[in-house]
Amino acid sequence: MFQNDRLNNEITLFKKIKNLDYILVISVILLSIVSVFVMYSTDGGEILFHTKNHLVKLSVFFPLMIFVAFFNIKFWHNFSYVFYFLVILLLIWVSFFGIKSSGSQRWMDVYLFVLQPSELMKVAIILCLAKYYHRLKIENVNSLTSIVLVLSIILIPIIFVISQPDLGTSILIASSGLIILWLGGVKIKYFIYSFIAFLISLPFIISFLKPYQKLRILTFLDPDRDPLGAGYQIIQSKIAIGSGGFEGKGFLKGTQSYLDFLPEKHTDFIFTLFSEEFGFIGSIGLLLLYSIIIFRIIRIGSISRSNFARLFCFGYAFAIFIYIVVNLSMVLGLLPIVGSPLPIMSYGGSSMLATMIGFGIVLSAKINHKQIIS
Amino acid sequence: MIKSSSGIRKTDVINRRMFIIGAAKIVVFSGIVARLFSLQINENKKYLTLSDKNRIREWKLPPTRGDIVDYFGNVIAGNLKVYQLHIIPEQVENFNYLLLRLKNLLELSDKKIQRINKLKAELKPWDSIIVSENLSWSQFVKINNYLYDLIGVKPVMTISRNYPFKDAYTHVLGYVSQPNEKEILENEVVQERFVPGMKIGKLGLEKRLENHLIGTNAIQRYEVNAYGKRINQLEHQKGEQGLKIRLTVDTEIQKACGGLLKGKAGSISVMDIYTGDIIAMYSSPSYDPNLFLFGISQDEWQLIRNNPLKPLVNKTLSGLYSPGSTIKPIVALSALENNVINTKFKVKCTGKMELYGQTFHCWKEKGHGWVSLKNAMKQSCDTYFYEVSRLLGVDRLNNTAEKFGLGKKVLGEYFDIEKKGLFPNTKWKKNNLGKGWVLGETLITGIGQGYIQSTPLQLCMMTAQIANGGYAIKPKIIVDNNPLSFEDAKQSMEKGLLYDTETKSFKDKKLFKDKKNIKIVQEAMFSSTNERFGTSYRSRIDDPRYQFAGKTGTAQVKRISKRERELDLELEQIPYKDRDHALYVAYGPYINPRYALSIIVEHGGSGSRTAAPIAKKLFKLIIDRHDLRNKQSNFERITI
Repeated sequence: MFQNDRLNNEITLFKKIKNLDYILVISVILLSIVSVFVMYSTDGGEILFHTKNHLVKLSVFFPLMIFVAFFNIKFWHNFSYVFYFLVILLLIWVSFFGIKSSGSQRWMDVYLFVLQPSELMKVAIILCLAKYYHRLKIENVNSLTSIVLVLSIILIPIIFVISQPDLGTSILIASSGLIILWLGGVKIKYFIYSFIAFLISLPFIISFLKPYQKLRILTFLDPDRDPLGAGYQIIQSKIAIGSGGFEGKGFLKGTQSYLDFLPEKHTDFIFTLFSEEFGFIGSIGLLLLYSIIIFRIIRIGSISRSNFARLFCFGYAFAIFIYIVVNLSMVLGLLPIVGSPLPIMSYGGSSMLATMIGFGIVLSAKINHKQIIS
Repeated sequence: MIKSSSGIRKTDVINRRMFIIGAAKIVVFSGIVARLFSLQINENKKYLTLSDKNRIREWKLPPTRGDIVDYFGNVIAGNLKVYQLHIIPEQVENFNYLLLRLKNLLELSDKKIQRINKLKAELKPWDSIIVSENLSWSQFVKINNYLYDLIGVKPVMTISRNYPFKDAYTHVLGYVSQPNEKEILENEVVQERFVPGMKIGKLGLEKRLENHLIGTNAIQRYEVNAYGKRINQLEHQKGEQGLKIRLTVDTEIQKACGGLLKGKAGSISVMDIYTGDIIAMYSSPSYDPNLFLFGISQDEWQLIRNNPLKPLVNKTLSGLYSPGSTIKPIVALSALENNVINTKFKVKCTGKMELYGQTFHCWKEKGHGWVSLKNAMKQSCDTYFYEVSRLLGVDRLNNTAEKFGLGKKVLGEYFDIEKKGLFPNTKWKKNNLGKGWVLGETLITGIGQGYIQSTPLQLCMMTAQIANGGYAIKPKIIVDNNPLSFEDAKQSMEKGLLYDTETKSFKDKKLFKDKKNIKIVQEAMFSSTNERFGTSYRSRIDDPRYQFAGKTGTAQVKRISKRERELDLELEQIPYKDRDHALYVAYGPYINPRYALSIIVEHGGSGSRTAAPIAKKLFKLIIDRHDLRNKQSNFERITI
């Protein structure tokens, strides 16, 4: 056992490269290429600000992913809590000194780009809880102290994020955290009870929402109530997607985006532009690419010897899935509008950074899948 | 070991729970695919339409009005290229500086500058402001010279209505101008095709034929962005010019009429006695309709409005006059038709006639002595016609007069301003004035005075129907799609029938009982012009090619007092407003007649002195153009 440990610790760089999960890496590369083309289209068929920045970020964060992968998964296990607390510190810093923009305070300037710590928390929370459940005895999973502790781990960052305010990211962080609870073995009835409790307290929660958030929910229920105001985004998004049809309007020919009818086309509504230009076929292709990525992550998790790696991979796969579902449901008019980027595709450094770190850890788990963490 | 078994149990839990989530993921992804399918495949058409509605905007351009041409194809209402000056605010660097430059170059008023500033505030920055609708050539050149300094200014060439014969046709055609809101809402076609800057018919045929003349809009389709800015032009759909409409009028004659009435208030109408074609219809004074195209200035408008000769009144159609002695042919015909008189019937004229203590004067104080119909007509003896109408009675006279078109609209469907005039009878007076008819009123009706009122066009039509042998005609001013040639019309008429182009059938158009009676009246009118002592003898033409027959008329505007009668003042000594209207109706050539006319000169004095000489000048021209007109029978027909 000890020998095994040592052996794994001393995997050569060559072997590490050989052991990378190439299906996942190639999928990520493909996704990156697609994202660059779509960004190029949002710039109106020119290499402008968004395309350039997106390319720069990709060329920094993709190597970062490989770099992260080359650390032993054991390192990430050991680093988990530190990472979580570091991000918490960043969140606290942001809540005092962060950059304000359009009414919320979520960003900090880190010279290369503007960092949004809440995005990092999406990965940190999975890392932290995976380690916790890895170390927790199965008998103690449903003990009161453990449940209170994990709920606190989830709630502390959410309190900061919600006060920024940023409902979308909070929901994503919460769901990423809760999924580890689920995987960790928290009794199903607890989930059912808390779900019922949530439904009962829903009107109460709604009364706490900011006016613009209430408006978004109302608009979601009936986008036509204010077609030029609150409902504008969702109506235009549906028009863009619907008019794309089976094969799309063609690359650089999406009139809805080209003529500025689409709001936020670089970020949250990037899929709308993609779907308008590449149609149903393109959208299915993109979903397929995402599915491959999710499937590969789950597969890596299931071959991992350590429960930490397994929990992280399963949890991260679910998180990616949730990001996609929330984003697509939003642009397709299935959910109210909450700010949530589409992984890799959307413009935004923090989201890409977090996603790439996540992929890096997954790749590290693949390289070191035989690693046992005691 | 415990740890390890616990680890395995934990792994089992994780895997089991992962499986549940995996299944849920597939369900959720399927849901998203289904949504994509419903939006992109099922509802694709709907969203494609919505997307096009978003991005494509149409700009309508003003339609090009159809031309109106005269019988010979000369354009009398056409379209002219005009130069306009537009400003596109978003391209202007310094708006105030630009306005200052333009103000100096074009001599714009301060009011105009204010209006431009107001428009600028109202319109989108990429919508052009029309600074000047009609630049003169020199202004256009000036602007082009300084264009380098006038950034954001666009000289534009566009099309505008134009009336090349200026005032000649104003009362026939009317004019076009910018419509007000009510006028747009009134007409559905205008409402649909309206674009700012478009002009519509305000009066006359331009108004009546609006829907035929208007044409269709050219449409420019532009792709616009979310803010409404034009990005690029997708399509230019050409509009169709409105219908070309051909009138029966002859510009040469129309212009001659204008010349003959220059400086006078009055009207001339000329009609083809077989086809009913209106050859000329001029109301004097007229005004230049081109003044109204770009908004008439206050000064010019006041000049027209305050002119005492009333240029705004279409005297041919809505001027009501006592026909005076021009009614006598109808009185004679009516009496002959009713066997009240014959050619041998004579009356002794002593210069006046007494009836129930009231004196009725003949225009000739000394009297005409014993006169027959022919002599009475020739010298326009009033006493003879007093006696004839007394014997005839007003109701029988009314019957004949209405048959010949008095008291009815002549062109009613084309001109809403046309008046129907009045030919009284006993019933009319009872119904409208509540009093019984007095015999004295019959006498003055017999010489075309009293209640009787007629338009110049009615008198022209009346004369035409006597001239053609007593057959009804339907006067028209627009060449219809299957017109009867003059020869065909004449032949069918001689058979007592007239082809009706509306019902496409022959109808009995005979207006007389005995053809002989018409002949008698015609001969009497001939002698009035061509025999010595005839009232219009001085205006005769002896050349049989041009020889015409007519009847003068002098309509009193006010009752002549005994003192005035004794004074026997010269025309110049009477105040303008009190002078008699001069009238003349005639037809010619006497052998094989073809045309009838009526002339009225308001306050012109006597018919023989003022109106008849005009006919003499006109007839030569009308008959000289006769062959030319016949040659036009194969001219392109225009459908209405």
